[in-house]
Amino acid sequence: MSNLFDLLVAGLATGAIYALVAVGFTLLWQTSQTINFAQGEFVMLPAFLMLAAMHAGAPFWLAIILGILLSMILLGLGFKMLLVDPMMRHGVLPLAIATMALAIGIKEAVKQFFSAEASPFPSIVPTGDIYILGHAVSLQSIGVLVVAIVAVFGLTTLLNRTSLGHQMQAAAQNPTVARIIGVPVERMILLTFLINAFLVALASLLITPIYLAKFSSGEVLGQAAFVAAIVGGFNQVRGAIAGGLLIGVLDNLAAAYVSTQYRAAVPMIFLIVVILFRPQGLLGRAEERTV
Amino acid sequence: MKSTLLVGALLTAITTSGALAQAIKLADVAELSGGGATVGTNWKNGIDLAIEEINAKGGVLGRKLEVSHADSQSNPGVARAQVQKALDAEPYVLLGPGYSGSVKVTAPLAAEAGIAQIMGGEAAELTQAGNKFLFRTSFGQQSSMPKVAKYIHDDMKAKSVAVIWVNNDFGRGGRDVVVKELERLGSKVVADLSTEAGQADFAADVGKIKAANPDAVFVYLNEEESARILKELKRQGVTAPLMGETTLIGQKVIELAGDAANGARGHVGLTTDAPVDLIKGFRDRFSKKYNYVPDHNGLKGYLAVYMVKATTEKMGKVDSKAFADTLHGLTIKATDEPGILMDVTFNETGDIDRQSFLVEVVEGKQVVKQVLPKVK
Repeated sequence: MSNLFDLLVAGLATGAIYALVAVGFTLLWQTSQTINFAQGEFVMLPAFLMLAAMHAGAPFWLAIILGILLSMILLGLGFKMLLVDPMMRHGVLPLAIATMALAIGIKEAVKQFFSAEASPFPSIVPTGDIYILGHAVSLQSIGVLVVAIVAVFGLTTLLNRTSLGHQMQAAAQNPTVARIIGVPVERMILLTFLINAFLVALASLLITPIYLAKFSSGEVLGQAAFVAAIVGGFNQVRGAIAGGLLIGVLDNLAAAYVSTQYRAAVPMIFLIVVILFRPQGLLGRAEERTV
Repeated sequence: MKSTLLVGALLTAITTSGALAQAIKLADVAELSGGGATVGTNWKNGIDLAIEEINAKGGVLGRKLEVSHADSQSNPGVARAQVQKALDAEPYVLLGPGYSGSVKVTAPLAAEAGIAQIMGGEAAELTQAGNKFLFRTSFGQQSSMPKVAKYIHDDMKAKSVAVIWVNNDFGRGGRDVVVKELERLGSKVVADLSTEAGQADFAADVGKIKAANPDAVFVYLNEEESARILKELKRQGVTAPLMGETTLIGQKVIELAGDAANGARGHVGLTTDAPVDLIKGFRDRFSKKYNYVPDHNGLKGYLAVYMVKATTEKMGKVDSKAFADTLHGLTIKATDEPGILMDVTFNETGDIDRQSFLVEVVEGKQVVKQVLPKVK
């Protein structure tokens, strides 16, 4: 039982990271019909930007700020203007393939400019334990969970409780009508890309101390977050959050109670089951297709 | 007639002097990217340093050494293709790879070509298949694991042990020997956990270790994964003593794991922290050239080249076909060839015998606790 509690906490902490990344998938899909297969590499890159800043002499807090800002410029603004906008007119599939190429490009560039070897990365959360219900729980797990929850709570508050958020939702749901009623649709879409870049930079900051900074570390993360987004509902932020947490916990429980060797297969089987019985995802809404 | 003889003599002289000046070509296939990038990079740098030193002193039998490096991408399939390509160029000796799985699939190619292969793999089975062209730069698991099991049983006094290993040829080979030895000595294996190469998340595995509540944990993973599990063991508050082999307490692991590496112990065949003057000198030269302290793979690569030098000088000729025969049964003394760093003997299977060390990570540094003598 004690083991189950530990597994749940560790799974929720990892799942919270998946959720942050999965939310990015849903945001980009809703506002611009973009499936970003470089999302995992988007999580990997900010850690290296922060490391580069530290190697240049910046203290950790400044490196974090610089890393987040650079991520928003490169992975938000740059991604939209240099890749999504020019490719969008050719349809979703060419754009998706272009993001796959981008993933390879980012990975190889990091390998070339930094190293193929892993690098250590400092943690914003101190090491040590606190006791919850008599169980020792690591501060790092709690810290990851709390930061991720605060970020997601802030995002949902922005989307649901503010005028800006309502405009973003309007732009996502029906851009034509939104334009007619005066919503600056292009600006709202850009904002979505910037928010995604912020979320991946945050995920990078939280996960890299545990996974280590390595050019290939985005592969697993991107895949897990993609599965989480589909399981939860690709068109719902709350679905992505639920999917992320669910996959994180399921992955850990599968590794502990089924088999470490087959752990990667369990979320995929779960994904297939969900798609078979609820194609729109657990919390997603069914979308009608115009023929 | 006289002029014909003169021309012939001149041509012979030119050809001979050309042959003398011709470089001795070595081929290296290593894990320069992928999961084993740390292994391959250290190995390659060690090779380059040794070649630079040897060439600066006039080379081997008056000929310079030259090496070509190829990347196996830490993938046995790619390694096989790269080794085939390297052998097509007819090198004097093949160096690498470092991963046992890659050595396993490439060794038959080198043997078929009759080229000696000096590699970094440690899986027990590699030298037990009767391959007469395969040579180690460090201990095989059949030599190191009994020492590890004995230390866990005798020194750590562990009655119950959790064993966690990476599910590849390297990890499986080590796991099989250590489990057998622990059971023979009377220590019970209460958790036997396999993990995947490149695995990022060890939360569940450490959860299982916690649940098993062992007296000691034997960790046998690749370097990066070792660092990740050390961090996770600390994160989840596992306090049982940790024992491993070279891959648990290497310099790169310590750098990656930070504080979490403190207290980890391991048996190492090679360490730059060994209390041996020649090794200290190597460490200084390597650090000066590459701006970091190498792990055991840097030593392995360095030694591989000096094995080539010592064997060739013993033969007195550059003969790739006779190379393997000469190296079998050869003892190279550090007093005769300082580049070999410690006295070493190669037996008929290509395995080595020399001193080894038991180390502990203390405040981010390897501290040698015991020096274990040569077996024979």
